[in-house]
Amino acid sequence: MVGLVLVSHSARLAEGAAELASQLGGEAPVEPAGGLPEGGLGTSIELIERAVRAADRGAGVVILADLGSAVLTVKLLLDDAADLPGPIVLADAPLVEGAVSAAVAAASGADFAAVRAAAEEARAFHKI
Amino acid sequence: MSTPRSEAALDTAFFTAWITRAAAAIETDRVWLSELDAAIGDGDHGTNLDRGFAGVMRVLDTTSPRTPATVLSLTGTTLISKVGGASGPLYGTAFRRAGNALGDATEIDLPGLASALDAALAAIRKLGAARDGDKTMVDALAPAVAALNEAASNAAPLLDALSAMVDAARAGADATIPMQASKGRASYLGPRSVGHRDPGAASTVLILTALRDTAAAVGSDVGSNGSDSD
Repeated sequence: MVGLVLVSHSARLAEGAAELASQLGGEAPVEPAGGLPEGGLGTSIELIERAVRAADRGAGVVILADLGSAVLTVKLLLDDAADLPGPIVLADAPLVEGAVSAAVAAASGADFAAVRAAAEEARAFHKI
Repeated sequence: MSTPRSEAALDTAFFTAWITRAAAAIETDRVWLSELDAAIGDGDHGTNLDRGFAGVMRVLDTTSPRTPATVLSLTGTTLISKVGGASGPLYGTAFRRAGNALGDATEIDLPGLASALDAALAAIRKLGAARDGDKTMVDALAPAVAALNEAASNAAPLLDALSAMVDAARAGADATIPMQASKGRASYLGPRSVGHRDPGAASTVLILTALRDTAAAVGSDVGSNGSDSD
């Protein structure tokens, strides 16, 4: 099954988004990677790397990120990701909507490309 | 025999001294950097960079890098790990790519230093996807790197080349004040980002000024001692 990693400046935001995606996405592995290891807002390459390994089930990992340094830190990790389990991609998707959409797809057994596509389709969701 | 003012050797000790001086400059100006950031960003640039460079100093104090490349690589890796904001991955990848460009050499010449800063700029452009005029650190670093390369290709003396680099960085950072941001949190402010100095451009000036000042300090020390010249 494809795994998901949710990266946010805020640990609570990442955990909350993971809670919501897991609730709606059933069995899909969803790992939060928010904030700094010692607490506080920010992004940590170590926490993201750890979350990628925890989310990996051998079918690839799709990462979603909120803003700014979260996006830059994931891009940097992927540039240097020699020993990370693959395939891995940063989806160009909104964090919450993309996570829910991707988790539902992953739980249904969708492959790596389809889970990424599900995350990115969330950019076009209309609410009203 | 006269003892002419010597040029600093760009060896491992020099690069360690540069990073040490940069860390001290960031610590001294951390409140100013965060104030600049508070005007258009989230107000943590100085705090974040200071945390990162403090971590770099702990690493450099407890390891003995053998080459200039190792100094820069350790600096970059630690900034990526410790800063927590966007400047961590940006400066981190810049220092690491600059280190890679230096290879295994134990002493670097001016063209080599210019090539390393070329690699740093390219890494920041690639990761941040910032163009010239986006009101980012690129607006200070790009003209600085261009000035250093021009000086290197004219075989300018080291200190003259580094001074030209710093002058260009300062002018570039000043030029960010009237710009409208289109990257980072400042871009959410739209026209309200105009009239403020970009904090990333400001910290770039501090780091490059530390490089120039390290060369000036080492050169004058050697000159005044009159020793160690071949």
